[in-house]
Amino acid sequence: MKRALLLLATMLATPAAAQTVAITGGTVAIGDGSAPIEGGTVVIANGRIVAAGRGVAVPAGAQVIDAAGKWVSAGVVSALTDLSLVDADGVQESNDAGARNSPFKAAIDVSLAVNPAAVKIANERLFGVTRAIVTPSAESSIFAGQGAIIDLGADPDAVTRPRAFQFVELGEGGGKLAGGSRPAAYALLRDAFAQAQDFRRNPAAFDGRSRDALVTRADAEALLRVLDGQVPLLAHVERAADIRNVLALPREYPKLRLVLVGVTEGWLVAREIAAAKVPVIAAALADLPAQFENLAATESNVGRLRAAGVPVALASTGASGGDHVLRQFAGNLVAIARIPGATGLDWGQAFASITSGPAEAIGMGGEIGSLRAGRRADVVIWDGDPLELSSVPVATWIDGVSQPMRSRQTELRDRYLAPTEGALPKAYERR
Amino acid sequence: MNSIRTRRVLLSAALLALPLSACATAKDKPATTAKKAPPVRYARNPYPSTYHGYPGTPTLVRNVTVFDGEGGRIDGGAVLFADGKVVAVGQTLDAPAGATVIDGQGKYVTPGVVDIHSHLGDYPTPSVQAHSDGNEATAPITADVWAEHSVWPQDPGFGRALANGGVTTLQILPGSANLMGGRSVVLKNVYARTMQAMKFPGAPYGLKMACGENPKRVYGSKNREPSTRMGNVAVDRQTWAKAVAYKRKWDKYEAEGGDAPDRDIGMDTLRGVLSGEIMVQNHCYRADEMAIVLDMAKEFGYHVTAFHHAVEAYKIADLLKSSGTCAAVWADWYGFKMESYDGIGENLAILENAGACAMIHSDDENGIQRLNQEVAKVLSSARHSGIQISDAAAWKWLSLAPAKALGIDAQTGSLKPGKMADVVLWNGNPFSVYTRPEKVWVDGALLYDANDPKRRPVSDFELGQPGSGDVK
Repeated sequence: MKRALLLLATMLATPAAAQTVAITGGTVAIGDGSAPIEGGTVVIANGRIVAAGRGVAVPAGAQVIDAAGKWVSAGVVSALTDLSLVDADGVQESNDAGARNSPFKAAIDVSLAVNPAAVKIANERLFGVTRAIVTPSAESSIFAGQGAIIDLGADPDAVTRPRAFQFVELGEGGGKLAGGSRPAAYALLRDAFAQAQDFRRNPAAFDGRSRDALVTRADAEALLRVLDGQVPLLAHVERAADIRNVLALPREYPKLRLVLVGVTEGWLVAREIAAAKVPVIAAALADLPAQFENLAATESNVGRLRAAGVPVALASTGASGGDHVLRQFAGNLVAIARIPGATGLDWGQAFASITSGPAEAIGMGGEIGSLRAGRRADVVIWDGDPLELSSVPVATWIDGVSQPMRSRQTELRDRYLAPTEGALPKAYERR
Repeated sequence: MNSIRTRRVLLSAALLALPLSACATAKDKPATTAKKAPPVRYARNPYPSTYHGYPGTPTLVRNVTVFDGEGGRIDGGAVLFADGKVVAVGQTLDAPAGATVIDGQGKYVTPGVVDIHSHLGDYPTPSVQAHSDGNEATAPITADVWAEHSVWPQDPGFGRALANGGVTTLQILPGSANLMGGRSVVLKNVYARTMQAMKFPGAPYGLKMACGENPKRVYGSKNREPSTRMGNVAVDRQTWAKAVAYKRKWDKYEAEGGDAPDRDIGMDTLRGVLSGEIMVQNHCYRADEMAIVLDMAKEFGYHVTAFHHAVEAYKIADLLKSSGTCAAVWADWYGFKMESYDGIGENLAILENAGACAMIHSDDENGIQRLNQEVAKVLSSARHSGIQISDAAAWKWLSLAPAKALGIDAQTGSLKPGKMADVVLWNGNPFSVYTRPEKVWVDGALLYDANDPKRRPVSDFELGQPGSGDVK
């Protein structure tokens, strides 16, 4: 019923999610690392992918969409973004990414701040982003809180999975947040984990509510989910030595499900990361010694990690051009594969780094991030290669629901394509 | 654009002028009395460029697609340069004896990229507090500071901009905390031991100004003027009024002699703006604020060369065109602060379509490595909105338009015979995401070669660090 209302509201002449849709004749990019498939078919029904590839039969009664000359791909998954938490980053009133003055740290649950109507959601959807790994920012502790997985659909039901992971700062930034040094960050981490275990052993005896409690009861509960491996722990580190320290944590906390974030010096310890089977969400093209923890930064980092067997996804953090810059990042990783001495990715790997890669890193590869059978039907038809700068989406489905192709940005564009005013002020010009 | 050219000519005249040359204008004035001491001009160029081009061999790149930077395109064409200068561009060219000949099948040649808005050197990496040298955020008017006195020539970012971005010239600006942030400096993107040895010979200075949220936030939070947009304009106007008086005094003195007025280093810069020697590079996001600044410039008799960032320039493309003021913009940045909320990817395309002067800029140590791709995104937005702009025309946004807005278009910015041989050979169409620079020449010297690790700069800071000399 909700979907039916939505369809009326957006005046789409498309079928409900339940209807079977077959997109035929396009170049299909599944998003699982495989090469694009020319002349493929993608079938979606009941909000899920039924099949994608070459030789896929069109089911009887399906709505057939001809995508000849176009590309059909999995939607982009934006990893480590404040999308939906923020209207404009610098406008503090609009910004729910961090909570500098809160007594709560690990307990913070960003899913409660997700605003499905944020204008950036439609803006970014129009460039092919269909899901996001929404991440709190650490402002009062090394623990930023619990992130959420959302979809970018034009409906009020945005949260795919709340409290999907915990985020912790353990590099230079972690040191600062902990009071001034990396060892202080580790002392804080170990003490917080110890207190969470105290809380489990004897909740009644646990302080957690006094003014000077270091860990609140809510924080302890959130940390137990990390210690029990119920949710992954995303740890932000850049320096090789910091990466090694994080990789050592499971010796003390064996159920930790680690994901490394940032990791500009990862290539120096690529084999150790691969051996630990820890996925990485990396800053794609960070090639400058931005701080003393990034001295070995190179654009070849992601390629070298991948070549060593590390599963790598790309982060969209800090992209002032919007989350859709991810596909430009991925395209550049293909470009550098042609530079002597550099290591990049092949096309399939590059596209996976912004689709199934981030989904798998947070343990949701079975649900989102590719066109493999059974995944949620987040499908984009592009007028060309999705990694190429000249291409844009021409149609998008999220959870099998066809999405509107308008945004606040297209409204502004259309109002000002001819900047001079007409018979009435610009304020009267709208669709 | 005429006003920009005029200003460049004026500057050249000023640079050539010797201390006593002011008597050339004295004939229009009443005869000076014998009692007055002759005027003494203060130095206009006390930190002169010591840049020199490095040796190169005469080079013919042929069988390539050429974007000449002025809107021209030659498929299967050729570019010849020697002795640091472009010699010829054409369909087929003969190689002089001893020339290096490069077959560019499938590749593209363009002028080097010119970035009009960079903080490399004054906000270098690593971005530690000790390197925060771009904003003299201690007073809203600091026209007295010069960015060149902050530039650290060992910034690793220069090398990345060269190797990944094909950037051969860049303007280093003070930041935008202040209404008048100080003078900019134009650099050749060639590592040197000193700032002076990177300085673009003969380039005019710029004055960095800023409107909007930054100055009012920075000073409002210190509980002092300006704390509002109206405060921004008030402080600007008060300062311009003083500058007009300062200029009057000094013009009179330099014409007639007598007792020299007191020097004020900041006022020297504003006088330079009012006399057309120094170009105004004005950080401004919102359309309505740009319109106010244009009126303020008229009120005090100066010209705004370019609005930088100009996220809403598309709303007043006609006004910018009629004012002869350029917009230097990002491709698609938006939504990171209130005044960037209305950013759209078609900004540059709408400006071009309206006939306004426009260009791309980076303001970012990462973005400067991919300005060609930023233009490619603009082209995509344009074409999907029904605005047709050719690839060759779009290259103007990357070289000639910024060169003009820096007053150096007679020397660089396009592949015209006699100009500096600032040239990039790309390994494919530079508007494809899959393309990177293969070779970059600055003044005819090969300073980056993807195939030769010895032609890859390593700044002092990175020498001996993890990954030193690696591809970056």
